[in-house]
Amino acid sequence: MNRIKQKIQEDKKLLSIYFSAGFPTLNDTFTIIQDLEKNGVDFIEIGLPFSDPLADGPTIQESSTIALKNGMTTETLFSQLKDIRKTVHIPLIIMGYFNPMLQYGVEAFCATCAEIGIDGLIIPDLPLDVFEREYKAIFEKHGLLNIFLITPQTSDERIKQIDAASDGFIYMVSSAGVTGSQSGFGNTQEDYFSRIKKMNLKNPQVVGFGIKDAETFKQATKSTKGAIIGSAFIKHLHKEGIKGISGFIKSVR
Amino acid sequence: MNYNVDEKGYYGDFGGAFIPEMLYPNVENLRQNYLKIMREPSFIEEFNQLLKDYVGRPSPLYFAKRLSKKYNTKIYLKREDLNHTGAHKVNNTIGQILMAKRLGKKRIIAETGAGQHGVATATVCALMGMECIVYMGEIDIARQAPNVARMKMLGAEVRPALSGSRTLKDATNEAIRDWINNPVDTHYIIGSAIGPHPYPDMVTRFQSVISEEIKKQLKEKEGKENPNYVIACIGGGSNAAGTYYHFLHEEEVGIIAVEAAGKGVHSGESAATSALGKEGVIHGCKTLLMQTKDGQITEPYSISAGLDYPGVGPMHSHLYKTGRAEFYSATDDEAMQSGLELTKLEGIIPAIESSHALAIFKHKTFTPEDVVVLCLSGRGDKDLDNYIKYFNL
Ligand SMILES: Cc1ncc(COP(=O)(O)O)c(C=O)c1O
Repeated sequence: MNRIKQKIQEDKKLLSIYFSAGFPTLNDTFTIIQDLEKNGVDFIEIGLPFSDPLADGPTIQESSTIALKNGMTTETLFSQLKDIRKTVHIPLIIMGYFNPMLQYGVEAFCATCAEIGIDGLIIPDLPLDVFEREYKAIFEKHGLLNIFLITPQTSDERIKQIDAASDGFIYMVSSAGVTGSQSGFGNTQEDYFSRIKKMNLKNPQVVGFGIKDAETFKQATKSTKGAIIGSAFIKHLHKEGIKGISGFIKSVR
Repeated sequence: MNYNVDEKGYYGDFGGAFIPEMLYPNVENLRQNYLKIMREPSFIEEFNQLLKDYVGRPSPLYFAKRLSKKYNTKIYLKREDLNHTGAHKVNNTIGQILMAKRLGKKRIIAETGAGQHGVATATVCALMGMECIVYMGEIDIARQAPNVARMKMLGAEVRPALSGSRTLKDATNEAIRDWINNPVDTHYIIGSAIGPHPYPDMVTRFQSVISEEIKKQLKEKEGKENPNYVIACIGGGSNAAGTYYHFLHEEEVGIIAVEAAGKGVHSGESAATSALGKEGVIHGCKTLLMQTKDGQITEPYSISAGLDYPGVGPMHSHLYKTGRAEFYSATDDEAMQSGLELTKLEGIIPAIESSHALAIFKHKTFTPEDVVVLCLSGRGDKDLDNYIKYFNL
C-alpha cells in the first residue's frame, strides 16, 4: 500500500515539513530528510526548486533561488535520493512546478520517482482537468498519488470534484495568499474549516500555508488530519542551519 | 487549419490554463463570462465610443513614401503610435477595464516592461476612478523613467519587482502573486497576449481592432482589403496578434513576426524566443519558452524593455510551429538603425519595440508590387534617452 495512505490511517494529527532541496547547501537533502524523520515528522515535502515559483512568497522564492545557484537540478535531486529508502520510511512527496517535470518528461519523472520510493507529487500549476486528461494514467501506473489544493475561494462543487479525483489527502490552503504571507488564523479560517468539515469529504485534509509554530499547528489541526510547515521551517534553516532541526520540530509538538 | 483558440483554450498544442488552484475562481469566472460580456451591446457601444473619442481611433494607415522608395516596395504604417498614451496597449486596457467593471472588480493590477502597458492601465484607471497598482522590474524602472513618472502622476502605485532578472517576467510573477493574495476584488489586466486562457484570446480580440481597421483603410487606398504581408514585432505578442487577427485565415496574406535578437540570437543575450525556445509552461500557459535543459526559465535580453520577455503568446507559438507565420529577429543594432532611418525618412520617431519590426527590411526583400503593412506599435518618446545614448546625439 502507498505509504501516504497508510500514514493517514494512524490515529494522530500529522506534522509535515516542506523544504527546498539544495538549500541551505546543495548536499543537505539527505541529512535534512533523515533528521526530520528522526525527530518524529510524519511525512515530508521535498521542494524541487523553480526559477519562477508563482505561488510562493519571498521566503520560498529565496530558498529556491539559492538552491538553483547551488546547482540543484532534477537530475541531482534524484541522485541524492537514490538510496533514501534504505534508511527513511515515512512518506515522501515531491512538490514542484510543472515546467521542470515537463522538460524531464512526465513519464520519465514518474518512473524515477517510483524507483526511488517517492509516494506522491504536488504540482500547484498542473490543473485538475489537464492532469485527468493527460497524466492520470501515468501516475497510476507508477503508483504515485497526485495531491490537489483547495482554498477558501474554492466552490463546494469544485471541492467535491477534487475530492473525487483525490487519493491520499487534500491539501487545504489555509487562506488566500502565496506561501509565507498569512498573518494568523482568524474568523475567516474558522468558517472555512467548519464548511469543509461539514462536507464530509472522503479524503482527509492537511492544512498548509501560514503554519509556523505550536499554536498555529494546533489551530490548523483542530478539525483536520494534519498540517504542513514550509516558510517557517526554511527561515529556521536560514538562521540556524541544519543543526537546528530537532529544536524546531520539538517547539511545534 | 484553425489559428484561433479552441474550446479548451488551446491554439494547437499551445495555451491552456496552467494555474495554481488559488487563481482558479478568478480565471474561471473570466473564462465563463468574457465572450458574453464582449457581445453585450452596451459593452460594444462603450468600448467603441472610448476607442474613438478617447484613444483617437481609427489610427491612420499611412503610406510611407520615402521608406517605400528606399526599399522598392509599398509600405504602409499602421499608426498605433498616434493613440492616446502612445502605443497599441491602450486598446487592450480600455477593453479590460470595462470588463473589470462588469465583473464587479474594484482594484486593478498590472505588470509592465517598457511602461507602456503600465501607463495605459494607469490611464484607464484614472478614467474610471479605480485603484491601480503596477508591478515593474527594478531594472525597467531605471531605464523607462519617464513612464514611471507618468504612472505616478496618473495616480498609480508603481511597485518594483525585485526578484530574478528584475524585468518583465518578474513583474508578471509579482502581479500574479498579488492576484493570489487578493482573490476577490481584484482584476489583473495582463498587457500582452500571454497568460492563462482566456487572456491570450481576450487580449487578441481587444487588439483585433488594428486589423479590422487595416482592412477598411487598405480597401480605400489600394482597392483591396488584403495586403501581401502584415508585419509586427513580438514581445508577448499583443500588437502582432491584433495586426494578424483578421488575416489569419486569409491564405494570400503573408504573416511576418520580428523578435528581439538582442546582441545576436546565439550571443547568450537575446529574446528571440522562436529560435531559442522550447515548449514549456510560463505564467499559466504552454508556449515556446527560453529555458535551460532542466526547465528553469532563462533571463532574456533586449535593448527594448517591451520585447524583453522569455516567451511568446500561445497563438504565436502555433503560428510558428505550423509555419503560418515567418519569424525573423532583429538585433539591438539593427533595430536602432532602423528606428533612426524611419525618423530621418518619414519624420516619425518609433518606439524601440516597433523599430524591431522596421528592421525586417534589412532581412527580407519585397517586390515593388508587394503591399506591406507594418504595425508601428508605439512612439519613441519614452526611448529618447536610449536613442540619445546609442547615437551620441
Ligand atoms: C510600443 C510597443 N510595442 C510592442 C510592445 C511589445 O508587446 P506586444 O508584443 O504585446 O505587442 C510593447 C510592450 O511594451 C510596446 O510598448
